[in-house]
Amino acid sequence: MGRPPALVYYSSASGNTRRFVDRLGYEAARIPIEPDAPLPDLRDPFVLICPTYADGEGRGAVPKQVIRFLNIPENRNQLCGVIGSGNRNFGATYALAGRIISEKCNVPVLYTFELAGTQTDIDRLRAGLEKLGDSLCSTTS
Amino acid sequence: MKDMHTTKITRAINWNRMDDEKDLEVWNRLTVNFWLPEKVPLSNDIPSWGTLTDHEKQLTIRVFTGLTLLDTIQNTVGAPSLMPDAVTPHEEAVLTNIAFMEAVHARSYSSIFSTLCSTKEIDEAFRWSEENPHLQAKARTILDTYAPGNDPLKRKIASVFLESFLFYSGFYLPMYWSSRAKLTNTADLIRLIIRDEAVHGYYVGYKFQRGYEKRTEAEQQELKDYAFALMFELYGIENEYTEELYDELGLTEDVKVFLHYNANKALQNLGFEALFPPEVSEVNPAILAALSPDSENHDFFSGSGSSYVIGKAVATEDDDWDF
Repeated sequence: MGRPPALVYYSSASGNTRRFVDRLGYEAARIPIEPDAPLPDLRDPFVLICPTYADGEGRGAVPKQVIRFLNIPENRNQLCGVIGSGNRNFGATYALAGRIISEKCNVPVLYTFELAGTQTDIDRLRAGLEKLGDSLCSTTS
Repeated sequence: MKDMHTTKITRAINWNRMDDEKDLEVWNRLTVNFWLPEKVPLSNDIPSWGTLTDHEKQLTIRVFTGLTLLDTIQNTVGAPSLMPDAVTPHEEAVLTNIAFMEAVHARSYSSIFSTLCSTKEIDEAFRWSEENPHLQAKARTILDTYAPGNDPLKRKIASVFLESFLFYSGFYLPMYWSSRAKLTNTADLIRLIIRDEAVHGYYVGYKFQRGYEKRTEAEQQELKDYAFALMFELYGIENEYTEELYDELGLTEDVKVFLHYNANKALQNLGFEALFPPEVSEVNPAILAALSPDSENHDFFSGSGSSYVIGKAVATEDDDWDF
């Protein structure tokens, strides 16, 4: 039981997503905040964890750096699911980045969580990711 | 011209040279989100208001008066008290926006009152807010922290707790009415306030983290202890306030769970870990749905059985997506 798929995440300087990924305890590649920094180089199918930065109209939900990363076809083709985060206090745009990426890239939204997540989120996601990792192994080998 | 050497240079703010990109990001978000209460058709709630019992009406007016008090504090004392400690000129500009929007929030409760209530009911509620010991206690606790000479980072802790925690014993009620299809226009207005407060708590919490990481380990420990002690103190007051307001409707336990959930989020805005364990922080799904309507909750893993349908990424345009 239990190898999660490769993980890629974005976290701005406020660090909520980074703290969530730290607690998750799996290796994960961070998409850099700086526009000129090199992007992670992925070879295996991966899951993307992406926070939401939408204004009240939903614009700007997906961070520019994540767009830059997904605009590279080799990256996009390996994406097998997205985890969206946000804050319910933003109403209908809660975790919107996950839904936008899901539609654009035709992958499922696997999970949503708020800010740096709760222990319940960590437990559910660990179990889910490990199952997903196993099923990816059995389909690719 | 000797004075040139001793006179401090006054600088004009240059938005084309940012020291902290977060300032511009938050400025843009706040200005796009600008609103006024006149945009919400509150009078559509008059028939619904008529279906509430006298006690429910009184509770609702009191809750909104309590929220008005907190917005008044943030408008006149809280946000201005953060300005002298601003690290960048852009941060000061953002804080002026925050201060003004708090005035809009405070003003919008009066719009709700003038639409739905009588002058006598309104006056009674404002008198209540001045005499209620719990409401006055939370105001005093926060105002003491904002006092000049206090550690700027402690002020930020208090500000985040007000924005991300103290409002929620009040916000619960319009979300509850909304979940029962009552006062839905009022709930729309409250959601605009909630959206603003979320940005405020996020931004001030972010600035707290930037200041915190520059402190020594001993100072960090002292600040963290201070934050958790202040949270405990405010939580104690909120518990009593909640019981006094919500016992009669039998909602107290539900509201307390909502308090735990929001206390955890307030601490996360400061970069700290949650205080209340998940089993006492799982909010009633009807309230969560009222907070973020039209956004489904996703848990793909707990869905149907063990088969994962993995979509194959289709070719998208390589140009920047049109977001």
